[in-house]
Amino acid sequence: MKIPADLYYSPSHEWVRVEGDQAWIGISDYAQHELGDIVFVEMPEPDDELEAGGQLGVIESVKAASTIYSPVGGTVVAINEELEDAPQLINEDPYANYIVVVAMNNPGDVDSLLSAAAYEELCQKEQGGE
Amino acid sequence: MSKVIFARSVAGGGGFSLPPCDVAEIEPAAEINREFLRAEAPLLPELSEVEVVRHYVELSQRAYGVDNGFYPLGSCTMKYNPKINEWAARLPGFAFLHPYQVEESVQGALELLYRAEKLCCEIGGMDRFTLQPAAGAHGELTGLMIIKAYHRHRQDLARSKILVPDSAHGTNPATAHVLGFEVVEVKSNEEGLVDLQDLKACMSSEVAALMLTNPNTLGLFEKEIEEIAAVVHAGGGLLYYDGANLNGIVGVARPGDMGFDVLHFNLHKTFATPHGGGGPGSGPVGVKEFLSDFLPRPLVEKKEEGYCLDYDRPLSIGKVRSFYGNFGVIVKAYAYMMALGGPGLREACELAVLNANYLRHHLQEDYHIAFKRLCKHEFVASGQKQLAENGVSTLDIAKRLMDYGFHPPTVYFPLIVKEALMIEPVETESRERLDEFIAALREIAREARENPDILHQAPHSTVIKRVDEVRAARQPILRWPG
Repeated sequence: MKIPADLYYSPSHEWVRVEGDQAWIGISDYAQHELGDIVFVEMPEPDDELEAGGQLGVIESVKAASTIYSPVGGTVVAINEELEDAPQLINEDPYANYIVVVAMNNPGDVDSLLSAAAYEELCQKEQGGE
Repeated sequence: MSKVIFARSVAGGGGFSLPPCDVAEIEPAAEINREFLRAEAPLLPELSEVEVVRHYVELSQRAYGVDNGFYPLGSCTMKYNPKINEWAARLPGFAFLHPYQVEESVQGALELLYRAEKLCCEIGGMDRFTLQPAAGAHGELTGLMIIKAYHRHRQDLARSKILVPDSAHGTNPATAHVLGFEVVEVKSNEEGLVDLQDLKACMSSEVAALMLTNPNTLGLFEKEIEEIAAVVHAGGGLLYYDGANLNGIVGVARPGDMGFDVLHFNLHKTFATPHGGGGPGSGPVGVKEFLSDFLPRPLVEKKEEGYCLDYDRPLSIGKVRSFYGNFGVIVKAYAYMMALGGPGLREACELAVLNANYLRHHLQEDYHIAFKRLCKHEFVASGQKQLAENGVSTLDIAKRLMDYGFHPPTVYFPLIVKEALMIEPVETESRERLDEFIAALREIAREARENPDILHQAPHSTVIKRVDEVRAARQPILRWPG
């Protein structure tokens, strides 16, 4: 299971890559593996406002439909349109295939997110439990 | 696989003949705007009557229902549908009514609706019911519309959120979303129950209601329900009871006594009317007295001169379904309630709970059980042991069960248990049938250890083998290409 060291992670299994005041957001390798084959990604529209911890979109796999939460607050500046026709890209490489890019209102939002090491610990705990 | 009906079509093979037309023929183009006229005849298959009959009989033989065998689909309550209920619904006085008949000529039907409402009130511990909603999710929608109307009527306009536990049925958040509410997820604690601390943290003056199933989707009774109700009520919110799992408490405990303000029943689950292809359903919604003005109209009232439909309800949210709702389903459910009576319903519930615990106990050696303690009408087993040790998934186990002649349980739900197998045996199954099911699942666990490939490729005995679910979801073909 891949957990790149240079990303931030949320307890609900999203990753964040920070470039300036922009945040690139996707779901982790652990999340795509748990979901199984992804068949649909519902994304917000550009210019939508997202709250930190609020709903960003919905991801549907053959097993379940799950909410994607936004780890940071801000305005959507881009969505990954490729996912509309090829949602399986997230299964193939969850870190190369972001879901949205957000212009952060408060770059300090990432301070409350998890480091790669802390996230790995969380995944191990979840895997061991129910 | 035999041909689909389109592929069986033979030009000119239609098996009907119309009498000569005895009125002047009309040229469609002369009467109807050209943009509404089709250029080519529709591609309807042309078959004789006997070929059409064979087609449908063949399809019916491929279907699997409760009348074929055991159907332990969790949270769906696939209990046997007594055939006497069909007799009741087909009585000519019910079956041949016209929905526009005047009240004086449908007194029997109105009396049945009136009595059915009274029984629902007694079973649910509520004060009034609407029988209009056509199924469970429609009942949820109706219930939340009532809650919304109530808060609005009090000028309490800030309540924009609905609390939903993370173990909830997917229809709960979907319903809240459709009505423009924001969904806030309440976490489960280590016992699989609503985490009271998290509930308190989520509760605020913005919360319109908490939606709850009790017993929950793990088959566990929310034993702190009175405290849960107190927290929500203290914050000014209401409690909605999702009746999907009513079979775990019916005749024993009443949602109204637990503090619920609004609820729906699924007549097609708890009250034994056909569903899952044999429906339609029916999802009556009950409320406490203080909400009764908001119920859909009309309600059936009993007056000196007889039964009547009361439309004079100015605060009503309006009609949610045409005419009387799914009237035939209500007749069947009423027949079921009257046949069992109070003690009978209680006994049915007790047997449903006994059957679930019997299966849980006898499967625990071979399968991981999510919460190993007394459950209500259903429980959640898991294929995580087989996945870790044998590389066999819950999907493989479910598919293999079909080879043993059983309908698989609900899989991958609730979401909070990995590789979930959610099993609801219901009360109408005999011990012998349960033992056969246990033997099949134990045999499958042995196969997983010794010959996992047989599971990866299952089912082997069905007309259609393993379906490519991923391709079906990503590239669905929804119409005959002809």
